[in-house]
Amino acid sequence: MINVYIPGDSAAVSVGADEIAQEIIHRAELASLDIKIIRNGTRGALWLEPLVEIEVGSVRIGYGPVQLADVPSLFDSDFLHGGEHKLGIGVVDQLAWLADQDRITYKRVGIIDPLSMSDYESHGGLAGIRRALSMDQDVIIAEVTESGLRGRGGAGFPAGIKWKTVYDTASDTKYICCNADEGDSGTFADRILMEADPFTLIEGMAIAAVAVSATLGFIYIRSEYPTAIKQMESAIGIAREYGLLGQSILGSHRTFDIKIRIGAGSYVCGEETAMLESIEGKRGVVRSKPPLPAITGLFGKPTVINNVLTLASVPAILADGAGSYKARGVGRSLGTQIFQLAGNIKKGGIVETGFGITLDQLINNYGGGTLTGNPIKAVQIGGPLGAYFSPKNFDVSMDYESLIAAGGMLGHGGVVVFDTAVDLAVQARFAMEFCAIESCGKCTPCRLGSTRGAETIQKIIDGNNPDFNKRLLLDLCEVMTDGSLCAMGGLTPMPVKSALANFPEDFDQRVEAAK
Amino acid sequence: MTFTSWSKEAALAVLEPIRDEPGPVLVALQNIQNEFGFVPPDAVSVIAEFFNVSRADVHGVLTFYHDLRTSPPLANQIQICVAEACQAVGSRDLEEKIKAIHGDQVSDAFCFGNCALGPAVMVNGKLIGRATAEKILQVLA
Repeated sequence: MINVYIPGDSAAVSVGADEIAQEIIHRAELASLDIKIIRNGTRGALWLEPLVEIEVGSVRIGYGPVQLADVPSLFDSDFLHGGEHKLGIGVVDQLAWLADQDRITYKRVGIIDPLSMSDYESHGGLAGIRRALSMDQDVIIAEVTESGLRGRGGAGFPAGIKWKTVYDTASDTKYICCNADEGDSGTFADRILMEADPFTLIEGMAIAAVAVSATLGFIYIRSEYPTAIKQMESAIGIAREYGLLGQSILGSHRTFDIKIRIGAGSYVCGEETAMLESIEGKRGVVRSKPPLPAITGLFGKPTVINNVLTLASVPAILADGAGSYKARGVGRSLGTQIFQLAGNIKKGGIVETGFGITLDQLINNYGGGTLTGNPIKAVQIGGPLGAYFSPKNFDVSMDYESLIAAGGMLGHGGVVVFDTAVDLAVQARFAMEFCAIESCGKCTPCRLGSTRGAETIQKIIDGNNPDFNKRLLLDLCEVMTDGSLCAMGGLTPMPVKSALANFPEDFDQRVEAAK
Repeated sequence: MTFTSWSKEAALAVLEPIRDEPGPVLVALQNIQNEFGFVPPDAVSVIAEFFNVSRADVHGVLTFYHDLRTSPPLANQIQICVAEACQAVGSRDLEEKIKAIHGDQVSDAFCFGNCALGPAVMVNGKLIGRATAEKILQVLA
């Protein structure tokens, strides 16, 4: 029996992994070869997808990116025994792109069969929850605080402090809400984790539940992620059967279960209070804070709200201790960040490494420059509300504080690369248009300002009184920043202002052209 | 995909399993849409009555979310991601090309989480990475 790993991840499937799996099964049958196909998750090297791996002895030999037309020649090369082929990348674990990373949260991603609890456990799974169940609640929380883990959704709030607030708030009912409404363009780390290693998220939520005495959790997954939804549903079912979820988790006196709620195409529901409204079945309109959701959250009860990556980092922290986690990173940005290289990039995918790597290292060393081969003109970090960086800032350290100091933000860790074809004035207008479409409508600066912003940028593009309109635009940005309750209206000015500041020529040329 | 044709009885059968669901209105609307292909006008009062909430509440939720529709779905749904990462690899041009052929069936989408293999397009629920006009037309064929 030969074990053949072909990712069932939706990105790999989008470039033909299912068809390749069928073709390999078909040809193996014809040749009477005994193979077992394992639909693992992607390793995160999306530029190699579909990546077919063959277990040969104790290692896995990779071939990628495989197209359907390559399958006959793979068989001719005896790839099922690790034969040489032009698509061969050798031992996958030794591929520098992967080997140089520091995978903590993502340590099992792409390696295990995502829905095999025995695979999960034999690769270090369940060690965190087992240790947590043997600890006092305040000690668990202290460990998470000590690790330096901050909210990976973008806000960067210390997870342990949030948990402590929920723990300290007396209530008969408490909830854990996992934000899997990963709407930022250029981000896909939540999706891959849920598809490739769903038990890690379940374990992380269970640890949070044990720590704060919550009995029910919700995972709010966006509807654009059908494969992740299915995978999490299956994983929750398996976890219940195994006893990781249910009346008595892993035989303890703790009770915890998880429900999935599916988003309905609203970007703003990724904002934590809008997400709570949506889980409650209402319009996704943001709430004002205070009260904090940690005190008055879902259905008015104390609620831990964390992003997928935050919760998925917890099992490793509990298993290996806070010290190991906080030994990574720089300054107040401790541990690892799961960066996502996207857009016009040659080697896109997941890079998990300690905070403090430079943007240049990410996009050039890992990313290999643009897909088109043209020079990089701009990089947007942190999703549609993040800043556009120009090459003169590519030495910025990728951590929470350095990015803020550079006029940007880390957000959810998405890095979107653009080549010289991009027009930053058009991107700035798009930021406003996106806000106009996705604003929940509660705050006037966001609801109306976004439409006025898009109009004003169009006037600048048209060369219509550009100097006046630029001043007007900056004034509008200030009102939106200061006058919006949440990040939707509050941060939409970030891409706009950074485009203006870092790429003035894209706005000025138009002024010249119009004169 | 085939959908049930609307009847109040069929709608009640959809709602019954979620009777005790906390905060049920959005889930109810999503399940109604999955069953009937869209949210028919009569569904609003059925949901309101079933969960003892106001019709205004149901209408408010129905009109907030982009996913929910109040008319039957088109034969083909071509959702082209036009968020930044896909823009960076030419999704706007791709959209123009496809619109020229299948204009009324094309809609904008904002991110399928396939941002390293863009442009990302979803055709009738199937996600296509590194999408080209040829690949899209092939799936539609």
